[in-house]
Amino acid sequence: MAAAVLAASQASAADVGACLITKTDINPFFVKMKEGASAKADELGIDLSTYAGKVDGDHETQVQAIETCIASGAKGILLTASDTKAIVPVVKKARDAGLLVIALDTPLDPIDAADATFATDNFKAGELIGQWAAATLGDGAKDAKIGFLDLTPSQPTVDVLRDQGFMTGFGIDTKDVNRIGDEDDPRIAGHDVTNGNEEGGRKAMENLLQREPGINVVYTINEPAAAGAYEALKSFGKEGDVLIVSVDGGCPGVQNVKEGVIGATSQQYPLLMASLGIEAIKAFAESGKVPEPTPGLNFFNTGVTLITDKPVEGVDSIGSAEGLEKCWG
Amino acid sequence: MSDLSGPSSGKHDFESALADSDTSIAAFESHQKSFFDRLQHFLHGNPTMVPVIVLAGSVIAFGFIAGENFFSAFNLSLIMQQVSIIGILAAAQSLVILTAGIDLSVGAIMVLMSVVIGNLAVKLGVPAPFAILVGFAGGAAAGYLNGTFVTRVRLPPFIVTLGTWNIFFALTLWLSGAQSIRSQDIDATAPLLKFFGDSFRVGGAQFTYGSILMVVIFAVLWYLLNRTPWGRHVYAVGDDKEAAELSGIRTDRVLLSVYALAGLVCGIAAWAAIGRVGSVSPQSFQEANLQSITAVVIGGISLFGGRGSIVGPLVGALIVGVFNSGLRLAGVDVLWQVFAIGWLTIIAVALDQWIRKLSS
Repeated sequence: MAAAVLAASQASAADVGACLITKTDINPFFVKMKEGASAKADELGIDLSTYAGKVDGDHETQVQAIETCIASGAKGILLTASDTKAIVPVVKKARDAGLLVIALDTPLDPIDAADATFATDNFKAGELIGQWAAATLGDGAKDAKIGFLDLTPSQPTVDVLRDQGFMTGFGIDTKDVNRIGDEDDPRIAGHDVTNGNEEGGRKAMENLLQREPGINVVYTINEPAAAGAYEALKSFGKEGDVLIVSVDGGCPGVQNVKEGVIGATSQQYPLLMASLGIEAIKAFAESGKVPEPTPGLNFFNTGVTLITDKPVEGVDSIGSAEGLEKCWG
Repeated sequence: MSDLSGPSSGKHDFESALADSDTSIAAFESHQKSFFDRLQHFLHGNPTMVPVIVLAGSVIAFGFIAGENFFSAFNLSLIMQQVSIIGILAAAQSLVILTAGIDLSVGAIMVLMSVVIGNLAVKLGVPAPFAILVGFAGGAAAGYLNGTFVTRVRLPPFIVTLGTWNIFFALTLWLSGAQSIRSQDIDATAPLLKFFGDSFRVGGAQFTYGSILMVVIFAVLWYLLNRTPWGRHVYAVGDDKEAAELSGIRTDRVLLSVYALAGLVCGIAAWAAIGRVGSVSPQSFQEANLQSITAVVIGGISLFGGRGSIVGPLVGALIVGVFNSGLRLAGVDVLWQVFAIGWLTIIAVALDQWIRKLSS
């Protein structure tokens, strides 16, 4: 596979180098992350190079990027890993060479394979929309029929955390919390995968509706999948009687909350993740200080906020207007 | 010869030795008449029947396995909707594969052109019909570019389209900023972009104009390939380029026209894709090129060129859709669906080979 490795323009003749390695350049989330990192690097006089895989799951390109980065004499790496297990040996090589490696957004497997992890609490993100959906349905929550639109068959960590977080928030027994699909709650109408895009979201929603026409709650892995699901519901004439919840907080998604397409979404902050990461590399270069995780968690939580225009008792949220001010992409 | 016949028997003496031998005339007929041989013979004469039989068989099988959910007019028409975009791309792919080439860039051309159409109509306010025509023209130009590298620079199609796949993909990112154009924004500015997502009902079935478009595109291509001199030339070039050249066919021109037409079909698919997905999504259809090749292969078109009916890939795309829908409705995990499609591809081609062993 031809690798789409894009090296950023050299910011300045600074002696502290850093690398940002993202999964793809196609996902607005990572595009935003790159913007945040570049802006902060310019501000602090850090020399930033950026690399990305060609598609989600492009592990090879990431390995090459880390090797290139070690060779370039950089002080630190910010990494959103495509393959959280397979990347570990090359990450170890980087750490042995004296680089600070920070996982952004996606924890490595095991999580302590990186020096630090700056991420959204994805379980919490799922939990918030689960709580909101259950409270919104009220008494109806016990006979809800829920469709789950997940990411990929390989169940990456982010996929599992959001899905199982939603179940926990909604009051469904998750059985093994590290696995999607081992639950036996009769309210689960089914799971399908979307690849996190509109086309996949639409097809998955169509398939679930064919299996269970009575679905009235739809959990989605991200907002593009939610937009696709909504199109399918429209074509079945059901868009009015189904609650869609999602995770991301990108601008198009928050706009969809405002327009009633999505009931609620959990917003995350990729810009913050990246800029904190750059600051951490600078601090490490100057004093050798490694960032500390958030108390009670094994990573540094960059925050998550529920966005909805129909707030419920007991779940903190902000409205779509405020969400649009904080959205990314 | 009769006036030279021998005096008594009408047979020469030396012929009498042949009296007990087989007197039938040389014929291309199966001698053993087992059921399988007859089946093989029938299928050899009607190669398109293999995927059709597989399709019918899988529909019936899943009808039993998944029941009413699967075997309803609505679901069967839904499968047509779901495969319409890959089906149209498979039509484009077939043209190239018939010439013994391969086009890895079909999906990338389509996504790029849907972004072009969306940007022009929604972001820049260009009238929708004009934006769509630009998308068609852009698709044809992208195909022409592939064809130019294949014919003028003499590079293998695999290499050329592997390269242009990346090029078009990068352009897509650049033009879209990796951001979708939302469904509601399209509705507000250029609803025509979503025309092929509109549907009409016939009894319980719901057909989108996109699935009708797929059938129409296949019908038009079938006509071009089977009823025009150009079509004959395409098959001839695919079968044996040198021989075609010697018989006076301008092979390079034929190849160029094939790639350009394939690109044009991808441009049309771009318009249909906006209707199917509902938004302009640069992230959708990342595996469309391989899915289109899968449909072509399952549809019985030879990757060596020059052989197979354009109708096959339409059936091939439907077979994949039927398997996906049927397995899903039967509650099979997604990873086993992927597994099944993999085997299906190999078995379809093995079946095809077995049928053609007849000639040996």
